[in-house]
Amino acid sequence: MRPETDHDESVPHTHPDPGVDPHTPLAPAGRALRVGIGGPVGSGKTALVAALCRAFAGELRLGVVTNDIYTTEDADFLKRAGVLDPARIRAVETGCCPHTAIRDDIGANLDAVDELAEAVGPLELMLVESGGDNLTATFSRGLVDRQIFVVDVAGGDKVPRKGGPGVTAADLLVINKTDLAPMVGADLSVMDRDARARRGDLPTMFLSIREDPTAGRVAAWIRHELSHHRAVAAVPVGPA
Amino acid sequence: MRAAARLVARADGRGGTTLVELRGETPLLLRQVPTRRGGVTVYVVGGAAGPLAGDDLRLHIEVGAGAAVRVHTVAASVALPGRPDATSRMLVRAVVAAGAALHWLPEQLVAAAGCAHVAESRISVADGGALSWRDELVCGRYGEEPGDAVVDTVVDHGGRPLLRQSLAVGPDAPGWAGPAVLGGAPATGSLLVLDPSRPAEPPLVTAGGTVARLPLAGGPATLWTATAPDAHTLRRHLTPPEAPLATA
Amino acid sequence: MAAPSLLLLLADGRFPAGAHAHSGGLEAAVAARRVTDLATLAAFLRGRLATAGLVGATFAAAAHRAAPAADRRARLARLDTELDARTAAPALRAVSRRQGRALLRAGRTIWPHIPFADLPGAGGGPHQPLVLGLLGAAAGLDRTETALAAAYGTVTAAASAGVRLLGLDPYHVHALLVDLAGACDATARDAADAADGPPEDLPAVAAPLADIHAEVHATWEVRLFAS
Ligand SMILES: Nc1nc2c(ncn2[C@@H]2O[C@H](COP(=O)(O)OP(=O)(O)O)[C@@H](O)[C@H]2O)c(=O)[nH]1
Ligand SMILES: [Mg+2]
Repeated sequence: MRPETDHDESVPHTHPDPGVDPHTPLAPAGRALRVGIGGPVGSGKTALVAALCRAFAGELRLGVVTNDIYTTEDADFLKRAGVLDPARIRAVETGCCPHTAIRDDIGANLDAVDELAEAVGPLELMLVESGGDNLTATFSRGLVDRQIFVVDVAGGDKVPRKGGPGVTAADLLVINKTDLAPMVGADLSVMDRDARARRGDLPTMFLSIREDPTAGRVAAWIRHELSHHRAVAAVPVGPA
Repeated sequence: MRAAARLVARADGRGGTTLVELRGETPLLLRQVPTRRGGVTVYVVGGAAGPLAGDDLRLHIEVGAGAAVRVHTVAASVALPGRPDATSRMLVRAVVAAGAALHWLPEQLVAAAGCAHVAESRISVADGGALSWRDELVCGRYGEEPGDAVVDTVVDHGGRPLLRQSLAVGPDAPGWAGPAVLGGAPATGSLLVLDPSRPAEPPLVTAGGTVARLPLAGGPATLWTATAPDAHTLRRHLTPPEAPLATA
Repeated sequence: MAAPSLLLLLADGRFPAGAHAHSGGLEAAVAARRVTDLATLAAFLRGRLATAGLVGATFAAAAHRAAPAADRRARLARLDTELDARTAAPALRAVSRRQGRALLRAGRTIWPHIPFADLPGAGGGPHQPLVLGLLGAAAGLDRTETALAAAYGTVTAAASAGVRLLGLDPYHVHALLVDLAGACDATARDAADAADGPPEDLPAVAAPLADIHAEVHATWEVRLFAS
């Protein structure tokens, strides 16, 4: 069965007091909002990237950097899927260390981000997909402004309880493949409860990309973060 | 043994090439042979076994504007041990003017057991000059481990560095036979083709990962580099496109 | 030793300059079945140290030497073309410049006062050894220490790639590095001495298979390492 939050159409909102900004500082004015998408292998990271490309087609100038353990697998999928101009996709080799490339030694990813911007002009949104890893991989704040952690119900309903930095600290936790929950006997309300316990006020969303190929609520969350990013970028820096 | 030789070629003013200087001494004797096409062909005729450690051989080549020269050797040179603790040395200096062409296509250098040999080439090609330059090295005679040999090639083009490479084999060259350098191949070499009328060709690896075609950074030049199981195979990989194996 | 901690810092594989993504040609050598076990890895490391290791270390030392010079910019530009002429394979030139960019990115943030603007920038970034030379000088390392960081990096990157690609026992692989330590130190000394010579005379030790492997690797659709 589905937990109630999944039917709540409002985008989870994490800063009820508009005067207080709970976010870590955002990007310098003018540059793209960078959103990292991490999570275990097969949870649906590439599927989510593809869904977001569909969602933002014609709306945002978008670029994608992939960090698959095999260089081009994810990038190739996205190119084949035809959801994004191949010129807007870059793949980074990670030397069998996908988490190092997004967390400890982010230069190659930053290079890819810069190259994309040079190649196709200024971008508004940059999605960085991590190579599939276990639950411990997270993005460096030097690389991304926001991170989404994707797990799936097929991985078992204990995943949120296990925690790990991705589940507990990501700006958004996405629990994907809800369409499979009945098949694998996953109890979504247990996952929801555990996620809340782990994450406090940070938002969690249930999703089935199979049923919602534009990942509407995740796209809405990104739109919201983006408007916040732009608002912050528009504020003059320095003493008032 | 010390020997020096000089070859100076100039355009003859009728579209051909004339040798204004051609002299050598044993074991660096130079012989001009008739050529069908324009340009002259010169053979280096070895006059003695070797080089032996201790030998010092120098060849100077100058190709003036509009002239074309091909240089071959009649046989492989076999670097042999000689005086203890001595090194044999063969230095070729070449200067190629604008509108001139030099094709240096000698037979192999064989590094025999116990040898200590350095083959140096110092080539300067003016902007607009053309060059083919082949270096082939066979590591040891049949079934033999080579002594120390270094093939050191320095090419400038238009006064700028084009190619610097120094291949070292033998006991003094750590790891030379290993998978980072030659992977056990007994023959190796390279062919540089600098042709102002043709852009460098894109990189390509052929022959089961033993030959690479490499466009250089410093000019319209391509380097073929190869490893091979024998001298014959190596020659097949390092024969310039329009150059027959021998000019008769 | 002028700045031992900074030498360790620059030589550390965890220094964020992208080393983890480079196998130093090992990935292609493994695919070609030329490196299959500890013994062949040992031979690979030895050959790499004597070729790319010596050349890279010498150019790092030469850039270190150029760092305080009034005509630094011209000297670095000359070193750049000299290193290009020693790197016949375009894939290896690109890798060296890519690693140079990565090191430059780290260096600019960590040591903002270093005169990186004098590095030749065209053609995809400065060659890695030149960036390392400037970093070493600014960090107070002497020329031999700077060369050592370069030489050490060429073997450790390939060694740890060996652990990852072949599943070799990391203790045994580190024993290989211990065996190589003397050669690594000697390479650094040779490089520091050679850096006194004119740029055209700097070592140019070639490795045909390094060129071939790099070009094969560059054509792969699927690869784990950037080089
Ligand atoms: N049933 C179902 N399958 C999904 C869903 N999202 C992704 N998948 C499938 O899960 C597999 C792995 O997805 P992918 O995006 O490649 O995972 P990644 O390794 O995290 O990038 C693919 O076969 C997808 O088609 C979903 O919502 N429902
Ligand atoms: Mg993926």
